[in-house]
Amino acid sequence: MTSESDRWYDDAAGPVVRPYAMTRGRTSHAADAKIDLIALVVTRHEIGDDAALDDHSLSPEHLDIVERCQLQALSVAELAADLDLPVGVVRVLVGDLLEGSHVQIHKPVPPAELPDESILREVIAGLRAL
Amino acid sequence: MAFARSDRRTPPAAEPVALKLLVAGGFGVGKTTLVGAVSEIRPLRTEEALSELGRPVDDTEGVESKRTTTVAMDFGRITLNENLVLYLFGTPGQDRFWFLWDELAQGALGAVVLADTRRLEDCFAAVDYFERRGIPFTVAVNCFDGARVHDPENVRDALDLDEGVPVVLCDARDRDSAKTVLIAVVEHAAKVAEDRRQPAAT
Repeated sequence: MTSESDRWYDDAAGPVVRPYAMTRGRTSHAADAKIDLIALVVTRHEIGDDAALDDHSLSPEHLDIVERCQLQALSVAELAADLDLPVGVVRVLVGDLLEGSHVQIHKPVPPAELPDESILREVIAGLRAL
Repeated sequence: MAFARSDRRTPPAAEPVALKLLVAGGFGVGKTTLVGAVSEIRPLRTEEALSELGRPVDDTEGVESKRTTTVAMDFGRITLNENLVLYLFGTPGQDRFWFLWDELAQGALGAVVLADTRRLEDCFAAVDYFERRGIPFTVAVNCFDGARVHDPENVRDALDLDEGVPVVLCDARDRDSAKTVLIAVVEHAAKVAEDRRQPAAT
């Protein structure tokens, strides 16, 4: 017996397009090994530049990323949350954009260099100023 | 060369740098609350497939060596200045997912272990994890309404923490309190880094 409350509507029913359909089934990307969860993505085109629109290999999701990263640098994690896509899908999409020179990526500080004194001081100062 | 400010996004002078802190602790201890108290965005949730490579169990040989599990993560963002962004990641509360966090822990500046004195044992796994991996962490006791306030030193003893590990009391809902916790973590990380640079003379 199916009661009304057992049915799934709207968001609860899951995405209409399965996430990895947007990557044409790819779960990884050649460039993707380097794309960290907090790697910052910045669009290379300025606002009003239609270079990304002219690239017909790009999907609406690609263009979403290009548009969002025009205003500010966004991490892969933020993009995934904003676009409501799994991180794995965003990694593939960003990899495509990187390959097409639509975005650039700022990698996080390598773990070995992390405890850099000046960075830590800057973080503490930044937090105090909040 | 100087550029006039315009409405168009001018490329920042220096490369933006992203850093991360982890917020760990038992289920329902207030991790997402703490992230939300300081984050400039409401805590976001995303799903990540993490590999089970580091899983500390005896896998039967012949079974595929790498599997992935999807875990939901809560995180927040603090823009410290034009070129410095700090991300806070709340680790999932369930202990059984701890082995998944190696990927996220890699490159973390430090960690907060949020503790509830009524269920102190819930944070043992997190303390153990960061101790073993040498990730600088600070224990923050979330002072829940109605819970007896404990002396931080008693908490230190109960958790058998090293001398240097800071223990602070906090209210995870309060922005200033959460800020103080994060500052304690980074200051501790700075101290640990300094100690490592100057190894004790033998």
